[in-house]
Amino acid sequence: MSKWSLVTKGFVKDNPTFVLVLGMCPTLATTTSAINGLEMGLATLFVLVLSNMAISALAPLVPDKVHIPVYIVVIATFVTVLQLLMQAYMPAAYATLGLFIPLIVVNCIVLGRAEAFANKNTVIDSALDGIGVGLGFTLSLTVIGLVREILGSGSAFGFKFIPGDGILAFVMAPGAFLVLGYLMVLFNKYLKK
Amino acid sequence: MATQSTLKNMLLCLTLVCLVCAAILGGAYAMTYNPIKQANENILKASIGAVLPEGGTISDQKTASYGGRTYTYYEQLSGDAVQAYAVKSATTGFGGTLELMVGVLPDGTVNSTRVLSHSETPGLGAKCQTDARFIDQFKGLGPDKSVKLRADGGDVDAITASTITSRAYTLAVSNAVEVVKSLKKEN
Amino acid sequence: MEYLLIIISAIFVNNILLSQFLGICPFLGVSNKLSTATGMSGAVCFVITLATIVTYLINKYLLLPFGLEFLQTIAFILVIAALVQIVEIVLKKISPSLYQALGIFLPLITTNCAVLGVAITVVTKEFSYGGAEAHLLNLGEAVVYALATSVGYGIAMILFAGLREHLAGNQVPQAFKGLPIALITVGIMAMAFLGFSGIV
Repeated sequence: MSKWSLVTKGFVKDNPTFVLVLGMCPTLATTTSAINGLEMGLATLFVLVLSNMAISALAPLVPDKVHIPVYIVVIATFVTVLQLLMQAYMPAAYATLGLFIPLIVVNCIVLGRAEAFANKNTVIDSALDGIGVGLGFTLSLTVIGLVREILGSGSAFGFKFIPGDGILAFVMAPGAFLVLGYLMVLFNKYLKK
Repeated sequence: MATQSTLKNMLLCLTLVCLVCAAILGGAYAMTYNPIKQANENILKASIGAVLPEGGTISDQKTASYGGRTYTYYEQLSGDAVQAYAVKSATTGFGGTLELMVGVLPDGTVNSTRVLSHSETPGLGAKCQTDARFIDQFKGLGPDKSVKLRADGGDVDAITASTITSRAYTLAVSNAVEVVKSLKKEN
Repeated sequence: MEYLLIIISAIFVNNILLSQFLGICPFLGVSNKLSTATGMSGAVCFVITLATIVTYLINKYLLLPFGLEFLQTIAFILVIAALVQIVEIVLKKISPSLYQALGIFLPLITTNCAVLGVAITVVTKEFSYGGAEAHLLNLGEAVVYALATSVGYGIAMILFAGLREHLAGNQVPQAFKGLPIALITVGIMAMAFLGFSGIV
């Protein structure tokens, strides 16, 4: 597999949201607007790249029976570092995303990539894999957020172009499920080979 | 490939990983301690500044109790005289706690208000942060006016379709005004 | 009275699956059949309640006295992972029949974000019910909250599994098959649950 395809596979072929269907909780909960989706995606990307790199470096040294606890400790450490950094430098984003930042620990994407990729590949490949999957996740979240924002509040990336209130259901909980469901239909129909 | 598991190397490995992680966390905590404190202070200062008239110096945090609750407030001093008060006031909205910073002049006139935190429905109650028509009603709302929703016999128009949020917001403002009035009585 | 409000609010108004989006992965994963959905709900209920009690005590007596709240995430997830393992071992020994029913779901629960989500929510979020002053929950309220939340999880899960069993027998367009139609169904269910909002 070439280095480039490691990065691009997350967009369509192995898209974490639409194909692998991983990390559904933040996908549904934080995509009330395009910006929120983008921020959540980037936060996950940060943890994913660092944990992938650390785990691929550690994997050969870790005894088999304790590998899951070790991975969880490593991931939780990076998530806590992210929490501290966001509180210090991006307090507004930290307040909006709230609970879903600590919950990156239990995002199946992160542990999933550690198990499926990082523990058998080199540090550099694992970093690229983390970037690829993370970008795929970010892209999906941003698209879902954008669709919900346009339908629900008539704006895109905070820029309002349709006057009035929009269809509120799309900003609220049901809209998250509906938009994800219909986007998955479109994805299946046009992009999945 | 993965190493054979023995009790010794499992213990060793877990201990080492935990030590390294603890070191990283300790370092990160120490490095971000001051920036986090700074960021929180900036948010607080910005919210106080936003609800008070310009000028004057802000006092340290003080507390007052009113109606069985404790309120945190800040005094804006110009010389020795108190020019205005910024009161932190929390009530229950639709989705959870709605916390406001309310600027009140000594005579009980509301200067301005700002949302500190809320968990209202996006697109409905969450508009209490952005809906200028609603927020601007509180600016300069005099002590002769009744700080209640029009539906409850007062002078405040609710946000469309968000009566509960509007009522909570209004109650938070009127509580803050009462806190200032009770402070004036004490002095 | 306050306990009743906590229960109604956690089960219906702020349903953990349909309005807080916690624990969605296992929700979509094991809701194909009513029987597995029931088993999973039982296991989640058990683990959430137990984990909340343990993490609550750890937070109160270990993290808070030393000013180590920033370690909540890492401490809680390790405790939950260990707890799930212990529950699995103990269950296997003392009640093989219960282990048969819940056991296969236990390993999945460590990464169920509902467990960590509830544990963190209970110690960080201030609740206020019936107009009372907002406050952090005490241990009794935390247990009731955790129990009610997981009952809400079970109710949503079992309702959805029932719908999904019927869905499986219906003709849907190729592109809608599987998850997409399931998600759209949940969306409609979530809309129905919106009707509960405002009652507490």
